[in-house]
Amino acid sequence: MSWLLRRLFGRLPIGWLQLTHNRTRFAAALAGVAFANVLVFVQLGIMNSMAAATLRPYEFFQADLMISAEDANAFNEGGNVARQWLLQAMADPDVADGMGLFLGNVPWDRATKDITFTTFGVDPAQAAFLSPEIAGDAALLQVQDAALLDRLARGLSRDEAAAIRPQSPLAFETQGRTLTAFATFAGGGGFGGDGYMLVSDQTFLALFPARSSNAPDHILLTLRPGANPTQVIARLKTLISDPSLRIRSYADAAQEDLRYQQTRRPTGVIFGFGVLIGVLVGLVIVYQVLSTDVADHLREYATFKAMGYGPRFFLGIVLEEALVLGIMGFVPGLIVGTAILTLMAAITTLPLTMTPFMAISVFLGTILFSALSGTIATRRLAAADPADLF
Amino acid sequence: MSDAPIIATAGLNHWFGSGDARKQALFDINLTLQRGSFTVLMGPSGSGKTTVLTLVGCLRAVQDGSALLLGQELNGASEAMLIALRRKLGFIFQAHNLHESLTAAQNVIMGLQVHPGVPEAVAEQAAVHALGLVGLADRTGYLPANLSGGQKQRVAVARALVGNPALVLADEPTAALDKDSAADVVDLLKRMGRARGTTTLLVTHDPRILDRADRILTLEDGRIVKVEERG
Repeated sequence: MSWLLRRLFGRLPIGWLQLTHNRTRFAAALAGVAFANVLVFVQLGIMNSMAAATLRPYEFFQADLMISAEDANAFNEGGNVARQWLLQAMADPDVADGMGLFLGNVPWDRATKDITFTTFGVDPAQAAFLSPEIAGDAALLQVQDAALLDRLARGLSRDEAAAIRPQSPLAFETQGRTLTAFATFAGGGGFGGDGYMLVSDQTFLALFPARSSNAPDHILLTLRPGANPTQVIARLKTLISDPSLRIRSYADAAQEDLRYQQTRRPTGVIFGFGVLIGVLVGLVIVYQVLSTDVADHLREYATFKAMGYGPRFFLGIVLEEALVLGIMGFVPGLIVGTAILTLMAAITTLPLTMTPFMAISVFLGTILFSALSGTIATRRLAAADPADLF
Repeated sequence: MSDAPIIATAGLNHWFGSGDARKQALFDINLTLQRGSFTVLMGPSGSGKTTVLTLVGCLRAVQDGSALLLGQELNGASEAMLIALRRKLGFIFQAHNLHESLTAAQNVIMGLQVHPGVPEAVAEQAAVHALGLVGLADRTGYLPANLSGGQKQRVAVARALVGNPALVLADEPTAALDKDSAADVVDLLKRMGRARGTTTLLVTHDPRILDRADRILTLEDGRIVKVEERG
């Protein structure tokens, strides 16, 4: 490190030498920077997990367009869509296929812990609307009361989930019926339900007698190759005489859901503020570390200034310290942050992970703000006569 | 130019504080230092000795009057000009003011690296040589905390002289030293100054130093009250 800094700055690595001179203070400064990093990592991880959990169910399906009710701000919110609009949409020459998607919560009362499955009812004959992982098992849903279970569901033991195979299915009672899980897929707990379940539309209607086959929750459409989704959406809006319906591309629907969760649902707003507070506290800690260091060495800097060193020299030292603290504080911060997120993910089954984007932005943010803090702290040095600083 | 004085002040006044608390510290200081001279500035505490030193040493902005350092007017000088002039000076402070995290040799190197373009190997060699001249050849790798008071002040002397300054300014360099160390440091300054043709201005109220001076100026209440020339 010393050698590298000497090459980088073309002088004695004074920043490094004075940081490492007092080991205890250096350790405290590194701990401060690392703690600031952990704070931001955890808050960012929580916010990102909400995004990942919100987008997760959209990944079970493959579609180009989605038709939903006016009040369907999220996948699992809002009213029904009349099935006639599916038939109407099929009239458009660019619409290749369509499927009604049913959605409801199915509780599984267990002795130890009840599990709530966010349950999708799909047409097993239309496997093209399912993600490749799920599509292979779609045929199993042809059997009445058959189900595909989320093996990552909260409350379902991993051993129990791993044992579920077509040869050794798992039967359980819910809503007065006996469902049989023949296979599993990787879902994951969200902020709403504990996990996901897929059944056929027929089974779904049997589980929810009040629901009608004529009113699915969403309509998924696929387009012919080469079709322009924007133009198709415009045509569908005139073709479908109910102007209140939301006709969007499938990807837009997912993004609008995410934006809704982040900006209009209490949890999302709270997580957003969590990140903001985390960043602010992190910045204060980093500023404190750098400005304390400059204050501690003000007398020595004043001597250097008296000897004829200029402002660029002091900025160089501060930049050097920012680099050292940023890099050496980041490593433990990353390790502890990842460990905390992994632990939280294991307990909550939420998708809490350290992403490269998080790591890089926190790293650059730390270096940048350390340098800025040091620069602000050296301004006092630049303004004063050396004689006043001894 | 060689006969021009190193320092020439005329009508130098200085004030501290502001508003009602504003108090004049220096009155009409006229001071001329010829090249190669060894001048001692003495007087009781609060007489303004250090203020004179910091003004002509570019460590404090000149408020009123004229101060020429190496032919440059300091009153109203730009920061860049002050930085350039500071590099031509060697400063020795009352407390040694060594950098605690740097070894003796590294501290001396800092006195050279202030001049751009000095190669590292050259700076290191010069630093070791300078420490040898002040009798610390075997202490080059020591941190200040592991040196005695006298040794630290000798490192400070080496740091001040390593860049071959035209003028050495010393602010009570012996204040924190015992009798022997004090004599050592002053002899060192005098000997090295003479060998290199350096001009020295030394502030002290230590009577042990006086017999080594070429000229003694006495300051009282911000005024020069006595000038004593010595052989």
